[in-house]
Amino acid sequence: MANMCPYGRFTHAVVRGVPETFGKAAGDDCEKGETSVDLAKAQRQFGCLTGALRQKVGLQLIEIPADPELPESWRIEDVAVIQGDTALITRPFKQQRRGEVEAVRKVVSELNLTVVEMGDSGGATLEGCDVLFTGREFFVGISSHTNHRGAEVLADTFKDFAVSTVPVCGGARLRNICSMGGPQTIIISNSEGAKKTLRMMEQLTDHHYEVLTVPEDLAANCIYIKGPSKLDFLLHRPAEECPESVSAFQKLQDYTLLPTACSEASKLGGSLSSLCLLVNRKLTYF
Amino acid sequence: MTTESGADSEAKQPRENKETEKEKGKAKAAAAAAAAEPASPQNQPEQFPAAAGHSTPARKEQEQQEVDQVSHRSSISRLSRSPLKGVKKTKIMECKVALLDGSDFTLNLEKRARGHVLFDKICEHLNLLEKDYFGITCRDVENQKNWIDPGKELKKQIRTGPWNFAFNVKFYPPDPAQLTEDITRYYLCLQLRDDVVSGRLPCSFATHTVLGSYAVQSELGDYDPEELGSDYISELRFAPNQTKELEEKVMELHKTYKGMTPAEAEIHFLENAKKLSMYGVDLHHAKDSEGVEIMLGVCSSGLLIYRDRLRINRFAWPKILKISYKRNNFYIKIRPGEFEQFESTIGFKLPNHRAAKRLWKVCVEHHTFFRLVSPESQPKKFLSLGSKFRYSGRTQAQSRRASSMINRLAPLVERSSSKRYNMSLSLDGAPIAENHETPMKDSAAAGAAKILTKGDLITTVTTEKKAEEEKAEQEDAPTDAAETQEPTTPLRHDTKSDADDDSEMRTQDTSPPEEMLKHQTNISELKRSFLETGESSPGLTEWEKRLSSSPAHSPRGDEAPMIEPLELQDTKDEPPASEETKEEVEPKTTKAAEYLVKYVGDSVATDLASSSGLHGISPSTTMDDDVFMDGTLREVDEVAEREEIKVSPGAVRQEVYQAISDKKGTLIILKEADDKVDAEGKETGAAGEEEEPALRGEAEGGENEAVMGVEIWSPKMEANGVTQIKGTDSPKKAMASWISEVVKTEATEVVGASTKASDAPQPGEEVQTEQSKSGPSQITPPESSTTSLAVSTLGWVPSSEKGPPEPEEKVVVATETEAAPAESTGPTGCDVVEVGTKEVPVVHTETKTITYESAEVETNGDVDPGVLLSAQTITSETTSTTTTTHITKTVKGGISETRIEKRIVITGDTDIDHDQALAQAIKEAKEQHPDMSVTKVVVHKETEITPEEGED
Repeated sequence: MANMCPYGRFTHAVVRGVPETFGKAAGDDCEKGETSVDLAKAQRQFGCLTGALRQKVGLQLIEIPADPELPESWRIEDVAVIQGDTALITRPFKQQRRGEVEAVRKVVSELNLTVVEMGDSGGATLEGCDVLFTGREFFVGISSHTNHRGAEVLADTFKDFAVSTVPVCGGARLRNICSMGGPQTIIISNSEGAKKTLRMMEQLTDHHYEVLTVPEDLAANCIYIKGPSKLDFLLHRPAEECPESVSAFQKLQDYTLLPTACSEASKLGGSLSSLCLLVNRKLTYF
Repeated sequence: MTTESGADSEAKQPRENKETEKEKGKAKAAAAAAAAEPASPQNQPEQFPAAAGHSTPARKEQEQQEVDQVSHRSSISRLSRSPLKGVKKTKIMECKVALLDGSDFTLNLEKRARGHVLFDKICEHLNLLEKDYFGITCRDVENQKNWIDPGKELKKQIRTGPWNFAFNVKFYPPDPAQLTEDITRYYLCLQLRDDVVSGRLPCSFATHTVLGSYAVQSELGDYDPEELGSDYISELRFAPNQTKELEEKVMELHKTYKGMTPAEAEIHFLENAKKLSMYGVDLHHAKDSEGVEIMLGVCSSGLLIYRDRLRINRFAWPKILKISYKRNNFYIKIRPGEFEQFESTIGFKLPNHRAAKRLWKVCVEHHTFFRLVSPESQPKKFLSLGSKFRYSGRTQAQSRRASSMINRLAPLVERSSSKRYNMSLSLDGAPIAENHETPMKDSAAAGAAKILTKGDLITTVTTEKKAEEEKAEQEDAPTDAAETQEPTTPLRHDTKSDADDDSEMRTQDTSPPEEMLKHQTNISELKRSFLETGESSPGLTEWEKRLSSSPAHSPRGDEAPMIEPLELQDTKDEPPASEETKEEVEPKTTKAAEYLVKYVGDSVATDLASSSGLHGISPSTTMDDDVFMDGTLREVDEVAEREEIKVSPGAVRQEVYQAISDKKGTLIILKEADDKVDAEGKETGAAGEEEEPALRGEAEGGENEAVMGVEIWSPKMEANGVTQIKGTDSPKKAMASWISEVVKTEATEVVGASTKASDAPQPGEEVQTEQSKSGPSQITPPESSTTSLAVSTLGWVPSSEKGPPEPEEKVVVATETEAAPAESTGPTGCDVVEVGTKEVPVVHTETKTITYESAEVETNGDVDPGVLLSAQTITSETTSTTTTTHITKTVKGGISETRIEKRIVITGDTDIDHDQALAQAIKEAKEQHPDMSVTKVVVHKETEITPEEGED
């Protein structure tokens, strides 16, 4: 039972390459209509991220090859929720994204995770970027892509934990406005919607978290990992992308800060955490 | 199979008779005593001899047995039929108790035995000392589990059917490692194993394996294939749906635990189990205001709301001001959050009345057990509205303290192979605990809600006053007063029908000081926003509702199923008025002002000086209203003396004399107080004198929490625990009430004190402002009315009876103590108290209240409650004060009346000058509503007492 280990211990990261069709799905994605993206830049940034995860943080990296048929498959975070030894394969909101789960399912099975399928139970949809796992509980943002039923399936899958639903305002996704910045730290954006979400989280939780507020929405999505060397790593958006927020990250004591660019994925509504699934295969038992 | 009189017990009885022959007399006396007050079925543990904790009472009850006719079915019974001459026949009942290990424990009890007798016997049988976490359940006709009330007779709690019980964990300790004894943890483990296997405590596969493996280690010891066989694991149950795979994993883990003792395994088991999100959560089916099926989960930290498996809301105990139920509705009143201005009440529909009551009780008990330092005293109402039920056992804090005293060698825990968890299982295999399958009758429920709304309109008017609420809760003296004053409050009638069934409980507790944000105090703005929120906001999203505690769904009219006499009275007494905070003196101005001065608590713990002064106030007093008097007296005494030094007594005295000789004020002396005051008062007085300077400093500097409620702008100050009341614009002048052995002297002193206060540097300014009308002599008897000051203590005649020399006008001074489970109960103090309290493991807080009331001449007998036009509550906060304004408009007899109640909570310690803050608040209020008059003052002060001084 990897139950209740402090958040942040990971051994593996699963990523999926950026296909040349990157951004092409944008046409039917009403969120980001005409955005023009730079594929090469996106791939470079992807490379930087994976490099940081592997070399700086020291994770084992598993990269699923890009699939041009699945233009959004780089957002691998959406298709699985992994906690402890269990991986919940989700059911993304968009029909055309559901094919993305296959490759991921295969990988998590190979990692010896217990695979749970969300399937089409009662029209459940859930995407990983609406799920915040804090190490002690889950928050599921009910958004345009994630519904109540999806959250229920998640609760049934991870029975040890409280699963609370919270609002996500303004078409955003939960992970776009907040992320974990440490075992007990939530990084959250300063926007009105985010504050509202945070209030709800505060009301629902039994636990105490530190809250690090950042002025820019984009900055709120970070990746925190306690590496094998027991160091605290924080991947965050660089100063060029979030000039106002960098100083906030400096407040984190004894962290190794890894500014990681993500501007292209960001144009499509993605962010740092969208690009990877983190897994801990060294589960500690009591 | 209600088998009455078990054979074996009878066999034992002759022997017991002998043993307990001596006790018989005692027992009878006790029984007689119990019989003497059949009307008060509430728990009154004090009624039972100390021996109640042991098995003695049970035995003595048994010994009285005359075996019931019905029951001699066995020859043994005939043999054992001990001819106890003259003793009444007593039925003996056979009780079968399902223990946690799956075995049954059978014993015989007298039919009239109370719950604790059975409980104690079981604990004795189990060799369990830390028993406060446990309880007995029995199933009702709907197969719902109900907790046996230890203070009530068993037979009243088992309507029908055999006397079958189960011994269960009632309060799941959040941190089992803090339990003192392994044996306690062992039983907790057994309970949790059952919770897991039955599905009440859901967990993942991985958790099942871990918990299972520790359970195996605890029960069977080290893995040993030769001894255990290869299939040993299949004989045990770990999960609702146990698979071979699970068993293999359990076995795998089990192999790794070699050398682990059972106790260690149990600790590991508990460390894992306690982290599960549903650990210790008692679930109840309900529907929300929109008819959506939800579950309410009661746990150590508060109330959780689930929809399906998802947590959709959570109300920590500090957030909850009041819990109540009415018919099949269950209500919680929520403290306004950081960003909210209004208290709101949320209602849930339970499947039926019993379910609502059961939920309410569980909430009361959990709140008391986990949040309070000591249980609340039982309400002692004359006109009992609502249940008298309170949790009467020890709280977790008390339990921990008690168990730290356990001084015995760790008992040998017999870890019998738990039958329950073998394949045969399972007693309550139903998944997810308390399920009420009864479909809800929505239509009926809705109707009920409406009626409720109507009936409670008036209640709503006044319910917002915390101080008052608290007061009402405290009952006693104030109740007396209230009753005398308002013998026939129509409101009571309104609610009467439900009264018995519905109850409430306020959960004021020390909540961690919520961040006090400065909110705008602009009343019109407040009002506007209130109106906005108040008109049920259709635009609210589900989230907003959740965040705002869905006020929209719980119109105020719905709330407060419970009516407290005092509140009622207030409503009536309050004259009509205009807007917000102003109370208009209506043309008729016949009403008498009502002063309600709540004077709470005394000085504090941390300070030597202050404590010495307060020594006299026995901590035990807190728990007992009777004692309260002494405390007050002494303190006052002391204060008076103290103050006297500083004030030139001359003028003051004169005023007092005048007041007295004027014959407008009558001082009533309470004899009871005398002795004690004599004895202790002097000491304290002396101490106070000596240490006066220190005291003065302390008052502001110490960890004092002062909570002052001002209702309708009444200027009032507190100096060193002296409450000063000055009548302002109100037709009546302020009065100081005093209790003393020597009327004159004391009175003088008292007055001196209060007068002095005005001289006091800090509050001076404001005081003067406020007093502008009353002039220099602050203590002046009301011109037009005869004022009688009476101090009523519990057991005393309601002051109003005594006091009023003239029939038409009465001034009642009621003194009461709040048996303050300290921080937690102090309705007003909640936020505040914890600040100071946190570090101290056990904090004793004393809360005292003095009520000054002058009844309204006209309205006094007025039965007509009027028609409520509107009611609203506004809350604003500054850094150190929270002001809640409750405005109600009623029309009665063609006269419209606006009543504004302001509750100002001043929180803080060293850096806050309470007087200053209060004065400031009053001043502001006055400026805002120059044309209102003050009719009531409640000063409520809460302070801590050092543990050494306090004992429960």
